[in-house]
Amino acid sequence: MSFKQYDFVGKSRIFYIISIVITIVGLLFLLTRGLNYGVDFRSGSNVDMAFSQPVTTEQIQSVLEEVGISEGASITPGNDRVNVRFSEVLAEEQDLQLKAGVEKLDPEATFEINTVDPEMAKELGRNAIYAVLLSSIGIIIYVSIRFEWRFAIAAIVALLHDAFVVISIFSILGLEVSLTFIIAVLTIIGYSINDTIVIFDRIRENLRFAKIKRYADLKDLVNKSLAQTLWRSIFTALSVFIAAFFMLLLGGESIRMFSLAICIGLAFGAYSSIFIASPLWLTLKGRNVSNKPKAPKPNKDKIEV
Amino acid sequence: MKRIISFIATVLGITILMAVTTPGLLKDVRLGLDLKGGFEILYEAQPLMEGQQVTPEALQETAKSLQKRADALGTTEPEVTPEGSNRIRLKVAGVTDEAEVRKTMKEPANLTFRSNDGCEEGQEFCKIELRGDDFVENGASISYNQLNQPVIDIKVKDKAKFAEITGRLLGRELAIFMDDTMLSAPTVNAILTDGSAQITGSYSLDEAKEIRDTINLGALPLKLEEKYSQSVGATLGMQSLNKTLQAGIIASIAILLFMILRYRVPGLLASFALILHTWLLILIFVLADFTLTLPGIAALILGIGMAVDANIITYERIREEIKTGKRVSSAVKAGGKSSLRAIMDSNLTTILVASVMFAFGTGAVKGFALVLILEIIVSIATNVYFSRFLLNLLVNIGWASKPSHYGVKERDIREL
Repeated sequence: MSFKQYDFVGKSRIFYIISIVITIVGLLFLLTRGLNYGVDFRSGSNVDMAFSQPVTTEQIQSVLEEVGISEGASITPGNDRVNVRFSEVLAEEQDLQLKAGVEKLDPEATFEINTVDPEMAKELGRNAIYAVLLSSIGIIIYVSIRFEWRFAIAAIVALLHDAFVVISIFSILGLEVSLTFIIAVLTIIGYSINDTIVIFDRIRENLRFAKIKRYADLKDLVNKSLAQTLWRSIFTALSVFIAAFFMLLLGGESIRMFSLAICIGLAFGAYSSIFIASPLWLTLKGRNVSNKPKAPKPNKDKIEV
Repeated sequence: MKRIISFIATVLGITILMAVTTPGLLKDVRLGLDLKGGFEILYEAQPLMEGQQVTPEALQETAKSLQKRADALGTTEPEVTPEGSNRIRLKVAGVTDEAEVRKTMKEPANLTFRSNDGCEEGQEFCKIELRGDDFVENGASISYNQLNQPVIDIKVKDKAKFAEITGRLLGRELAIFMDDTMLSAPTVNAILTDGSAQITGSYSLDEAKEIRDTINLGALPLKLEEKYSQSVGATLGMQSLNKTLQAGIIASIAILLFMILRYRVPGLLASFALILHTWLLILIFVLADFTLTLPGIAALILGIGMAVDANIITYERIREEIKTGKRVSSAVKAGGKSSLRAIMDSNLTTILVASVMFAFGTGAVKGFALVLILEIIVSIATNVYFSRFLLNLLVNIGWASKPSHYGVKERDIREL
């Protein structure tokens, strides 16, 4: 397969629209439905139970009623696992009574219990936002030094786009957001820039030997760079995707959502490096080219972008 | 010939080293509570009495006293670490009676001075004479007597009470207890009326310091409140460990297969470097006594995918150079050289974000970030430099000199 003649950036308008639509839909969902916060972010208790024999939701429900903690508890049944979430923090006694009650159903039941105080939850969220902001600033500075500011702007837009898409999809599907989700989003921010850098590195390299007179020259250069690095971008994302995908498929329960977030982030990361970051750099740089006094008047290409 | 020998020696030597050491290393990896079962509690400390402040010393002392209590309960390797200005994290593995541990931990440090006054036969130090809050906050200090032995100066709040006690117990023992452990049993030598006293004895400096710290802690006991807790049953932890490891092994095999099918000979070298990469990471974990949690293992598995990125970028570049009609040996040289910058730039940005994560994160986030940073550094050594070293050796020997060794078809090569 050859993409040598493929006009990647020419279709950027379609991809901009797709990304903007996803962003708006995501924003709407975030504002109306918000995120399905797990126990890490919402104070309360989360109890995971693994059973050696089938246990029904009704049986669990009756245990909860016995202990007197059924109010505000939501039960999510699974194969051999049941998850119960309490909006209130379980007191130590309730905790013990619950365990004793469940062990009557299945003496070999094992538990994972998480309890978080609301203050801690707020602090976690705040730190995550600081981390995202600080990482973004760090990346802008680094890319500005190693490349130039236009690359930095384009990279950061693509990167925040990736992170936002993942958050949006979790909001739209109502998937649970826990501490590992925050780790996933931060990892995406750290990693999805890699693809972008590989492409930008090639643009930078090609720029050294190119004579850019018109906007069209620049556009050809970006297209050429994208074609040259296309498999690289896809395969580097794929290798990590394989790792995340198998963890999603086979890994422990508590890192499923983490793996899913990484998978989504990787897919969108590869997409945004090619279809968002590169055209965006072209738009920023192209303005510069056509503004030069000797450059010909803006042609049709310019208007398209 | 020399090159052939050094290539074979390198590969064989490393393989044998890894094969021999891996089982022992795996046994020595320290697993986190989420994998081997146990519980973790984050406490926030508050002064027991209003108007007082949590000082770093008080927090440190409270942590030490928690450590002692946890040790006394006979739990395996309890870990107590002060965090920030007012928090203490407690980790205990494999506890059978969680409720008891939690109850014991929560009680404030209880300092008492006890005497034998009025005790029945066989009973020792039954009467509590002074409590922690009878002492002036941070009033205990160390000085030296004429013999240059360390002594502990203490101050009490109620002079009259102290005078009465010392008067009544003159010549008898007044023992110092922390919770139910006796630290020392000095004898009262004089009636003390000004509220201050000196505890003398043949203490070493360390012993004296410990008594001073304990008294100061007792004077400012902290109340502990649970802010976060996680408890994992041992079987559940084992389950997630096994599942995740299985996922990781299958993912690694898939990645190795992909590398070999797409890049042939260099792909094989990259796979070897990747195995070395994973082995080195485990070695580092063991040597640094690093606790591996589930997010840490997730980072390890993701890192396997990230490590080969360097190889993919380099090999794609080499293939590109071969297709332009270059000789394989010069394509390898050019490919390695021109891909290095992109590889370093992308790795450094990931390290940058991981460092931020490390700085802002707590617990699991920190663990994940640290594994990620280590990984990238190791991958630069193995999957950038080491795999390149191997490839150069092979090319110089003349074993990987055909375009097909790099997965390039003859018809894709442009004539020069």
